[in-house]
Amino acid sequence: MKLTLKIWRQKNAEAKGKFVDYQIDGVDGDMSFLEMLDVLNEQLVAKGEDTVEFDHDCREGICGSCSLQINGEPHGPEKLVATCQLHMRSFKDGDTIVIEPFRAKAFPVIKDLVVDRSSFDRIQQSWGYISVNTSGNTIDANTIPVEKEKADASFNAATCIGCGACVAACKNASAMLFTSAKVSQYALLPQGRVEATERVKAMVRQMDEEGFGNCTNTGACEIECPKGISLENIARMNREFLSATTKS
Amino acid sequence: MSVLDSKIPEGPLAEKWTNHKNNINLVNPANKRNIDIIVIGTGLAGGSAAATLAELGYNVKTFCYQDSPRRAHSIAAQGGINASKNYQGDGDSDYRLFYDTVKGGDYRSREGNVYRLAEVSGNIIDQCVAQGVPFAREYGGYLDNRSFGGVLVSRTFYAKGQTGQQLLLGAYAAMNRQINRGKIKAYNRHEMMDVVLVGGKARGIIARNMVTGEIERHSGHAVVLASGGYGNVFYLSTNAMGSNVMAAWRAHRRGAYFANPCYTQIHPTCIPVSGDHQSKLTLMSESLRNDGRIWVPKKKEDAEKISKGELKPTQLKEEDRDYYLERRYPAFGNLVPRDVASRAAKERCDAGFGVNKTGQAVFLDFGSAFERYGKEKAYTSGHKDPSKEEILKLGKEVVEAKYGNLFQMYEKITAQNPYETPMMIYPAVHYTMGGLWVDYNLQTTIPGCYSAGEANFSDHGANRLGASALMQGLADGYFVLPYTIGDYLSKDIRTGAIPTDSPEFDAAEKDVTDRINKLMNAGGNHSVDTYHKKLGKIMWDKCGMSRNAEGLKEAIKEIAELREDFWKNVKVPGTADSKNAELEKAGRVADFLELGELFAKDALHREESCGGHFREEYQTEEGEALRDDENFKYVAAWEFAGNPSDAILHKEDLVFKNIELKTRSYK
Repeated sequence: MKLTLKIWRQKNAEAKGKFVDYQIDGVDGDMSFLEMLDVLNEQLVAKGEDTVEFDHDCREGICGSCSLQINGEPHGPEKLVATCQLHMRSFKDGDTIVIEPFRAKAFPVIKDLVVDRSSFDRIQQSWGYISVNTSGNTIDANTIPVEKEKADASFNAATCIGCGACVAACKNASAMLFTSAKVSQYALLPQGRVEATERVKAMVRQMDEEGFGNCTNTGACEIECPKGISLENIARMNREFLSATTKS
Repeated sequence: MSVLDSKIPEGPLAEKWTNHKNNINLVNPANKRNIDIIVIGTGLAGGSAAATLAELGYNVKTFCYQDSPRRAHSIAAQGGINASKNYQGDGDSDYRLFYDTVKGGDYRSREGNVYRLAEVSGNIIDQCVAQGVPFAREYGGYLDNRSFGGVLVSRTFYAKGQTGQQLLLGAYAAMNRQINRGKIKAYNRHEMMDVVLVGGKARGIIARNMVTGEIERHSGHAVVLASGGYGNVFYLSTNAMGSNVMAAWRAHRRGAYFANPCYTQIHPTCIPVSGDHQSKLTLMSESLRNDGRIWVPKKKEDAEKISKGELKPTQLKEEDRDYYLERRYPAFGNLVPRDVASRAAKERCDAGFGVNKTGQAVFLDFGSAFERYGKEKAYTSGHKDPSKEEILKLGKEVVEAKYGNLFQMYEKITAQNPYETPMMIYPAVHYTMGGLWVDYNLQTTIPGCYSAGEANFSDHGANRLGASALMQGLADGYFVLPYTIGDYLSKDIRTGAIPTDSPEFDAAEKDVTDRINKLMNAGGNHSVDTYHKKLGKIMWDKCGMSRNAEGLKEAIKEIAELREDFWKNVKVPGTADSKNAELEKAGRVADFLELGELFAKDALHREESCGGHFREEYQTEEGEALRDDENFKYVAAWEFAGNPSDAILHKEDLVFKNIELKTRSYK
């Protein structure tokens, strides 16, 4: 198929960006979206032009590197997939596809479609862990039984890949789904309860400092999340936060 | 007499590690604050090492090419992690885990290392649970286990199909705790370009800031390379796009020996290549072979019709199908080890029986499973005389409950419904057992340069068993390196900070910038990917699942020619002083073009078949691998001497005192 791509080009963080149109031919439905961009980049190299930069790595939907706002949606039109798992069969001959970086104040553009998501790292650094030494001299793994239902819910929250689609989807550029997934993973486990109060306060504080917006319960994050992280996590974080702030 | 000293401690197998820990030197906490350690790579090995070293009090700098440590490719591991906990009471023990791993590696690994791995495996699980890793649990609240290929016990801990993700996020969380304390400084979007030696010791690195293009100097008292494997030398593999050998290869060029480069694991169940645009391959969990039957048509004309879409596989009668694994290996059938299953698929496809448009695919069929499970389900729910349709419907439900997420993933990628038509699979490069040679302390042949995880060669011999890569990465990083590196650093307590303005740093930086300039100014016409794809094809055709002397000699010649052409004719657009993905790829491919040749040279010299290394000349009459313990029971460690073709071979003899060497048979 033949496509028109409108791609955001921006030389660096300071430069002003703009959309540039590219024509691409011979796109196969079995190609992934990123493989389609590979083909475009090969054409640009042949012409001696700068290639379109985008983050990507595992190309199997788990590392969370790839991003891209495709026709206005994070990770494109299919549900429960990251951009690397989106295939060109989701488009048809003659389509125009608009490709932008994830947009948020806390995700500044580095180049073209590459954004800086280190704000997510800093939220996790603020208390996104259990304070246990890594000596291995803890208690036996089976000493504390954990209700299967809670363990499963904790796992579901923990499957967040940290891609930032939730922020890009949100009209407020809120990072509540991301932050709450981490808070929930630990809050649901006995090992994580010990520091739960301090954790939720620290992580929410950091989230606010990074310039993410607030949650107004629109739910776009849950719909666009490639891993289907549930809004229940936000509700849980709100409860945790409320009870933490009333304690102190 | 070899210069290689593995430094395996004396004494009985089970006491070696404990005795060693009791006898090595320690660094006192006040002195640790004056010692800097550089860690390259933030996967399971690098992330866990960085966190633990920082927690001990050392100043740690981590480097990863991704935008966050959490994205290292350990994250993509699916199946699970082994540990000899014996929670199932099925007879597991440290010794059994040790035995299975040595045997699985086709007797090409070190007894001492593997036993230590088994010994610390239980602690890994304790540690991860304490860190909040949400492993799968049973209704009673205790940890669940599953079994994996080639072993007789259930010792694999897992978190659905995302075990690697959960373990890596655990290590990343441990890192975050130390970053928050200021004990780790994380340099993300940074690539290590070279290791710097001062007075013969590793004392720092040259790194490139991938955002600004700036070349940076970083010093440390020791350097840990945990930069993963080199499967991407094949271009197509299940590795991440950015996975590369640069850190290990640069260290090799500076004096670290590279061990057993030809030991590569080719995983039998991956989604086949769909066309020339293909950039990477996706693994389908090995667990599918429990219920799926692998076959190709018996007649070539049927295979051709199926490839062209003129015949549906479901229309082919039972007697026209060749269940070749069941035919060749009646005892193990579809559950033969990875290397055996992969070679058998290649053999059928090479003979012209492949079933997709590229001719490189075989069927993995759940038809029998639908029927078997359907009948059972109907029977247990009271339908003693179910219709065919009813059986099929119930059977599909049972299979969905077991493998639903994998079936869904397959459908997303291929747009084919595996409940209606058999899956198509083909082997793909997945893991590299070879890597930097290290002694028992995980130190390379460069003093102060350590290597952990897939980047080193140590524990898997010639073939890795399922669920043991995660175990090794975390064992190295959490429990081994933090002890052994202290022994080395105990001599460095008076050294003080290492300056970066020395002539050694000047020279190393100049090498790096010269190389970058050479790449930028090659002024050719061909993209980096063009070369990478050509290299991959040579590797796959001549150094892949089966190898022969003639092909390997050709490969050595072709790779050397391709490398020469690359440096003359590669085209890298953009500039070096900004973010430039083409330049990043160019540097990595340049190193693959050297490693590939050494790989072929190693494969050529090893005149036997073992594990992932299958030489066509060395097989039994039935086409099985023929090991030569008399002549090749050693680790091949290569010393860099200018060109890959000049590399000097050093042999480390493998001593087996606790295990009797046997031939693996799966008939």
